Amino acid sequence: MDKKLKEIVLDHSDAIVKMWLEEFETHKKDDYTSNISSEMFESTNREFVNVIFSSIENHGLSSDLDDFSERLINLGWPLSYLTDGMQVFRRVTTGFILQQSEQVDANTFSEVLREVDGWVDPIINQLINEYSGSWEHIVSLQRVALQELSAPLIPVMENITIMPLIGTIDTERAKLIMENLLDGVIKHNAEVVLIDITGVPVVDTMVAHHIIQAAEAVRLIGSRCILVGIRPEIAQTIVNLGIDLGKFPTKSSLRKGFETALELTNRRIEETYNKNEDIEKLIDSLDGE
Amino acid sequence: MDFQSCVNIKKEWDIVGARQLGRDIARKIGFGTVDQARIATAISELARNIYLYAGTGKVCFEALEEIDHKGIAIIAMDNGPGIQEISQVMEDGFSTSGGLGAGLPGVKRLMDEFDIHSEEGKGTEIRVVKWLR
Repeated sequence: MDKKLKEIVLDHSDAIVKMWLEEFETHKKDDYTSNISSEMFESTNREFVNVIFSSIENHGLSSDLDDFSERLINLGWPLSYLTDGMQVFRRVTTGFILQQSEQVDANTFSEVLREVDGWVDPIINQLINEYSGSWEHIVSLQRVALQELSAPLIPVMENITIMPLIGTIDTERAKLIMENLLDGVIKHNAEVVLIDITGVPVVDTMVAHHIIQAAEAVRLIGSRCILVGIRPEIAQTIVNLGIDLGKFPTKSSLRKGFETALELTNRRIEETYNKNEDIEKLIDSLDGE
Repeated sequence: MDFQSCVNIKKEWDIVGARQLGRDIARKIGFGTVDQARIATAISELARNIYLYAGTGKVCFEALEEIDHKGIAIIAMDNGPGIQEISQVMEDGFSTSGGLGAGLPGVKRLMDEFDIHSEEGKGTEIRVVKWLR
């Protein structure tokens, strides 16, 4: 029986492909294919159905399927395209086989269903595995990338180091901030560390707590911390929350913080003599004559 | 009370999700940046309390519309251990987790209305409201 069903399907593959294409064409209305050209959609459909048949023929999974799904993943086609396609294939094939058989009783019906499922399900499983594997890969890469970005420490000049923080701070990141901060202070021999929170969207008690702890730890190893980049709305919420940030200096902007850091290390910004301005003055005076 | 949406709190990153949704709703209602920051911070505190003490729960948002004023209600619900002594947690500086202890009293100061119901062993529900001025 197994063989017979398979033979029926393979013998009439042309008819099934035609039915499949016709039915699947109606899916084009779905939004996921709206920005794909119709030639592209049709050629992909054709390829898809060939891949399905070749994997049924080869009794299971073929490398064609791997190649095909990999290409679709790279092109950014949604998984739902493939699962929809497989579901249509299941419907069409089951319907076709039942049409072909002379008598249909409950037994044959369930047998046909089981047989078709046996072809379709492994393919669906493999497609889903391929897709989720690629997603997991992307997520893990992004996590690594995010971790690299999460607590950078920039030694801007001798004895002054800046840690710009951008984005949400969670417990894991807070730990990383603390470690990098202390390591960096020792490594760069920093006297003053500026922590810039301009890019931190919300400063709640946990974030404040971590910053206070980090600043306290920096103090313990003999350096000073200045918290900069406190936006007005953040200042108001900190006051409302009743958080005491009085133990270390705070400044509204990195620029002001940097000036303070220079003062603390006995330096200051001095503007150099501006040559250009002088020449402009000269030209102006010449024009006046 | 025209719509209500909820965010389930299960992971630490759900706090961020809740905060973003709340901030979006607040922006749509017409809150300014300072109040948006207040609301986001309050959501952050409430959601973090759920994450820290109850493990799981949810934060719901409601856009309030009355004849003379508009506002946002945030409801934080959990089935956690509940709070033994509510007056104690509303004191500044009280914390069982080594934190700053500014969470709940801070939320009360950030918002206009603050209601808390908690039953030991059953869970906690906190409802806060901020009115648009």
